[in-house]
Amino acid sequence: MAERKILLGNEAIAYGLIEEGCRIAASYPGTPASEIMGTLVRLKDSESIEWLHVEWSINEKVAFETALAGAYSGLRSAVMMKQVGLNVASDPLMSAAYTGVKGGFTIISADDPGPHSSQTEQDSRFYAMLAKIPVLDPSSPEEAKNMVSTAFATSEKYEIPVMIRPTTRVCHARQDVIVKGYQHVETKSPTFEKNPSRWAATPKFRFLLHKQLNEKLREIASANEISIPGNGSTTCILASGVAWANAKEVMDELNLHDRVHLIKVNMPYPLPDSFLKTVLNAHQKVLVLEETYPVIEYQFRDRQKVSGRLDGTVPSQGELLPEKIEDIIRSWLGIEQAKRPVPEDLPTRRPTLCPGCGHRPVFYAIRKVFPKGIYPGDIGCYTLGINIGAVDTVLCMGASIAQAAGFFHSFNGNDKMPPIVATIGDSTFFHAGIPPLINGVVQGARFVLVILDNRTTAMTGHQPIPPISIENMVRACGVEFVRVADPYDLKSLEEILKEAGKYAFEDKKGIAVVIARKPCRMDRRAQHRFPEIEVFITDECNGCGYCVERFECPAISLPKKKEPAVIDPVLCVRCGVCVDVCPFEAIGVKK
Amino acid sequence: MRQQIILSGLGGQGVLFATRIIAATALDMNLHVLSSETHGMAQRGGNVVCHLKVFGGNGEGVFTSPMIRPGMADVLLAFHPEGAKLHGHFLKKSGVLICNDTKMIDATGIALKLGNGLLTNIVLLGYAVARKCLFCGADSLRKALQNASGPRAEENLRAFEAGFMEATS
Repeated sequence: MAERKILLGNEAIAYGLIEEGCRIAASYPGTPASEIMGTLVRLKDSESIEWLHVEWSINEKVAFETALAGAYSGLRSAVMMKQVGLNVASDPLMSAAYTGVKGGFTIISADDPGPHSSQTEQDSRFYAMLAKIPVLDPSSPEEAKNMVSTAFATSEKYEIPVMIRPTTRVCHARQDVIVKGYQHVETKSPTFEKNPSRWAATPKFRFLLHKQLNEKLREIASANEISIPGNGSTTCILASGVAWANAKEVMDELNLHDRVHLIKVNMPYPLPDSFLKTVLNAHQKVLVLEETYPVIEYQFRDRQKVSGRLDGTVPSQGELLPEKIEDIIRSWLGIEQAKRPVPEDLPTRRPTLCPGCGHRPVFYAIRKVFPKGIYPGDIGCYTLGINIGAVDTVLCMGASIAQAAGFFHSFNGNDKMPPIVATIGDSTFFHAGIPPLINGVVQGARFVLVILDNRTTAMTGHQPIPPISIENMVRACGVEFVRVADPYDLKSLEEILKEAGKYAFEDKKGIAVVIARKPCRMDRRAQHRFPEIEVFITDECNGCGYCVERFECPAISLPKKKEPAVIDPVLCVRCGVCVDVCPFEAIGVKK
Repeated sequence: MRQQIILSGLGGQGVLFATRIIAATALDMNLHVLSSETHGMAQRGGNVVCHLKVFGGNGEGVFTSPMIRPGMADVLLAFHPEGAKLHGHFLKKSGVLICNDTKMIDATGIALKLGNGLLTNIVLLGYAVARKCLFCGADSLRKALQNASGPRAEENLRAFEAGFMEATS
């Protein structure tokens, strides 16, 4: 039964996958992609969709390979991730383009122009070009859902993986969307036809596969029909994704459609040569609006008439917000700039760890016990340890451990060897932390590694972690010093960190691992009893600000310098940890 | 019908929930909705802003962008006084500001009196609809709130009425 529902872009994609009969779906969480798998998991359960295999995989590479085998078996399959997750899965991506698929295979890689929640603004469509696979660029949740159908059909017709590249403003937009349901879906039986020259191709066969891939691409390009409005304008704007959605609305309001052709590109790669030539022949001026890199623009071999990112008409970084698009269009057409209110230049609130977060005492203790340390950090909520001064580097998933080893080898033998203390979360440790830990042990590195174990993938909305003992995992990597600490017991945590420091730095024995374990307070599924300790500021408080600066709990603030701190009763969750932070014992416990 | 609404507050204040309630109301009224939300790291105690566009009904132009441009919003719902300053530039000249502060409506104070500071968002919704600045009436918003609240329906409706009364008394 079809009905209209308000869906988040990611939910719409999930509904699309189910309606299109996706059988194998795998993902690793990452903003802005996480809710796609989250919705699949929820729908599989609530609607009892038995034919759908869903999994939160250990990382994106594993997710990709798992889903790909589904497509090798003739089943419609999909993998979803954020753009930097595609970096992790890029190895199988490049090769899968050559082997091709049997069942439809859709790669959903969500980009984050801005960036809002990512290390980079990279454009996954360039990965599609690099791999030589087609990519679809939705401009709204509804279109993203419909593109799932196009992606599967194209993938099956040409036996090639197809990418859908939504951006944050599609993934986290909401729209009313028609949902058909899944009752009509026919399920297929898996078949795997052995064909070593394809599925296990050696270099000689790879050459042939590459040739086939190029032929597929040519056919897909020539079937990529893009309609050009025919009112005879000599200027045109070529746009895709949310940049199109923004341009369309601005052009509607400015009544520009009879002056300027707006051409919507749904599949930015591969573009047919004939289309590019027609655009150039029919127009004297062409503006390309796309996020985030110039993918459409680069495909013009002759860019004399073409404006965009490459000639500086469009900024080379940052999100193309509608006001920015309006400014670009006005200045490109020589129309007077819009007068609009300018935002006040106000400091925005920086994100902080939640009140009562188990990570906070760990960062506080690391800085206290190892004041002159180097602190390699990692990707997750605990990146926010930078606010407490206990995170010095954040590169990519799992890098804290390899970088700790790298800092060790760089400083080893130097008179002033700083203590190196790395932090990584539980989910990130499973994702990319195990090989570097083994490597660190093998290469004789010495540092303290604190695994911030909150029993979930918190930042992205509490996806599950593997139910595998981290202690055993760490020991199996060859680490001999493994201790578990309760971050709420600050004194004992500091003692354990000191022991770890002695083991790694004074006794020079090797890597010491401390697992700081406290379930995430925001995780509604966590079965944990948290303490209820009501605290207050005593008369001893001299307003020194140590607690605010070093502990940075959102519930404690210093309204004025040198005046007593204040505890916000709405924000405070009564964890009681701050009692042990104040050097003047000015935080008391209400009896 | 065409309305552009900015909702601004802090992470944890229920800005996303309030946006969903208004969007669901629009759907019940057979209108179209496009909105944009803040997720991820910014939700951890940072400033959260939602853009909500409602349209349809009488053939006025459709929206295609999920974002509102500065100077174009009809309504700004500020769940925290900071939101009024930080996102005030989105309001058009004739736009309406509904701000949770002691001057206009102390939604947090009212929520705390009801025994739960987390009801601030619902109190403000009740106040806004009573001020007649939203595209919808109180009854349709009430219905959407009831449908979306599950076991919290009674508590949420009490907060809604408290906000509503504040504007009408």
